[in-house]
Amino acid sequence: MEKPWNNKAWFLVLPVIVLVAFSAIIPLMTVVNYSVQDTFGNNVFFWAGTEWFEETLQSERFWAALGRNLVFSFIILAIEVPLGIAVALAMPRKGIGVPVCLVLMALPLLIPWNVVGTIWQVFGRIDIGLLGRVLADFGIYYNYTQNPLHAWITVIVMDVWHWTSLVVLLCYAGLVSIPDAYYQAARIDGASRWAVFRYIQLPKLKHVLLIAVLLRFMDSFMIYTEPFVVTGGGPGNTTTFLSIDLVKMAIGQFDLGPAAAMSIIYFLIILALSYVFYTVMTQTGRDRETGR
Amino acid sequence: MLELRDVTKVVGRETHIRGVSMALERGSLNVLLGPTRSGKTSLMRLMAGLDRPASGDILMDGKSVVGVPVQKRNVAMVYQQFINYPTLTVYENIASPLRVAGRDKATIEAEVRKAAALLRLEPYLERTPLELSGGQQQRTALARALVKGADLVLLDEPLANLDYKLREELRAELPKIFAESGTIFVYATTEPSEALLLGGNTATLSEGRVTQYGPTPEVFRNPVDLVTARTFSDPPLNMLKVTKRGDRFHGPQDTAIAAPASAMALADGTYVLGFRPHHLYLDPPGPQAVALKARVAVTEITGSESFVHLDHGGERWVALAHGVRSIEVDEDLTVYLDPQRLFVFGSDWLLAAAPALRSAA
Repeated sequence: MEKPWNNKAWFLVLPVIVLVAFSAIIPLMTVVNYSVQDTFGNNVFFWAGTEWFEETLQSERFWAALGRNLVFSFIILAIEVPLGIAVALAMPRKGIGVPVCLVLMALPLLIPWNVVGTIWQVFGRIDIGLLGRVLADFGIYYNYTQNPLHAWITVIVMDVWHWTSLVVLLCYAGLVSIPDAYYQAARIDGASRWAVFRYIQLPKLKHVLLIAVLLRFMDSFMIYTEPFVVTGGGPGNTTTFLSIDLVKMAIGQFDLGPAAAMSIIYFLIILALSYVFYTVMTQTGRDRETGR
Repeated sequence: MLELRDVTKVVGRETHIRGVSMALERGSLNVLLGPTRSGKTSLMRLMAGLDRPASGDILMDGKSVVGVPVQKRNVAMVYQQFINYPTLTVYENIASPLRVAGRDKATIEAEVRKAAALLRLEPYLERTPLELSGGQQQRTALARALVKGADLVLLDEPLANLDYKLREELRAELPKIFAESGTIFVYATTEPSEALLLGGNTATLSEGRVTQYGPTPEVFRNPVDLVTARTFSDPPLNMLKVTKRGDRFHGPQDTAIAAPASAMALADGTYVLGFRPHHLYLDPPGPQAVALKARVAVTEITGSESFVHLDHGGERWVALAHGVRSIEVDEDLTVYLDPQRLFVFGSDWLLAAAPALRSAA
């Protein structure tokens, strides 16, 4: 059997290949290139092998930053996902309230990261910030530049303010797609508000929640701009996340090799954790669906 | 007994239900028949207590239930979509109304097993609805309605989303399933054939009005007016505008039809003749047949039957003929009417005379 071959199809996928090559593969390979070599400038490179990787994995600084990242992402998910579901449930289903709420919800998402950082930096300042001054008047000495706890609270509140909307909008989209007949059937059954949520709304939200958790995890794990603007990684190293550390190392100290090795490890961690999240969430969903 | 007294429902500027009065007996099967948007679902929501009527009264066993919330009434409802709790097993789904009612474990077990046996769901009790076929999902929903032991069971086009085979199967079982429960059983459908197959009583709906309510064969054979007759006919009732002079109906294209005995006494004037598609013949049915000329517009062949769409004067007719016919579009055809099988409607659209031959009406 002779199969007709037609290679014209390659021309159709070529634009995508070029785009992916320039946006992902080439930069990534450059980083790989740096991570296995040493340089003293002037484009002179020496083979370093796995030296930078070993150094990174053995450095306390790296593990401390990674720990901060994990704690940060965990807190963010623990706050934003339940809060997002709650707000979505409270939003109106019809009438003039719908567009009003949607616009209000979308507003924080439209603000650039560094602006969000700046807003909160000014807002929280003890000398001129509205929040800082008011708290100080109440006797709470709120200072994110000196108190690590205050710095963390600021960064977390800022992220919750900025990104809960995303979870809300995703959940809202999931909620409005539930046919009215379900609610009606539940009413006729005499089901309680909790039963409606537990047995109708939550199962129907499963898929959007998976997306919301994945997006918020990946995004929060890559947090950079806001703490950079507000705290600059301080006080001390208390808000120095992996991304901030990475930039310090690459741009500040110009240690390109270790920075490249760290980027790759950082990238692999996000990839692996996202994969685990995805597998676990789809797997438990399937188990429940099949009843096994 | 559920009694509706001059019930009206208004949403915004639209009137969904206009002055409906009807009384549904316990243990009866009642079909609400009407096209989409004729008010079937609105009427069911009013009966269930999901909506409040704008005016009129709804009585259950003589007591007004207007304003009593749906949870407090003993009502069950099954929808066109297959509505079940997606994460619960079939067993838990069927048990859910009993759990809400707070029955003890042994009762729940017994009731669920009984309903599952009746609806042939026994092999699937441990599965979740999403693992079942559409027919089984709808059986689960029906079982939930059944175990509730409701006074009023409302079925809103429950078979519309099922394929032909499953629909026939379930339709045949339905009246038996609910017959012994002694509930008031209301079934909404758009299909006249479904109403006839289910039997019981039929209420024909048109634009929010119940045009007629009575035993199903009675409504089918003696529709009170043209609207009812058209609602209760699929394909739609064919119509011919005529003028009665003496003992003849005169129509367009020099048609003259001898008035049947039942219509002989009617005063001269304009009338509308109605006849079902299977009473528009392609071969003369007998010596009394009246021949008419018509032009073929479309033919549909379903296998054992052929639907021939014809134009006569300004009217579009459908003739139902047995077997597969080879008829060309735009062909001029002679078709036949049997005067004994004509519905005669007055100019006010009320039935003036029913067909003399009722055996096969």
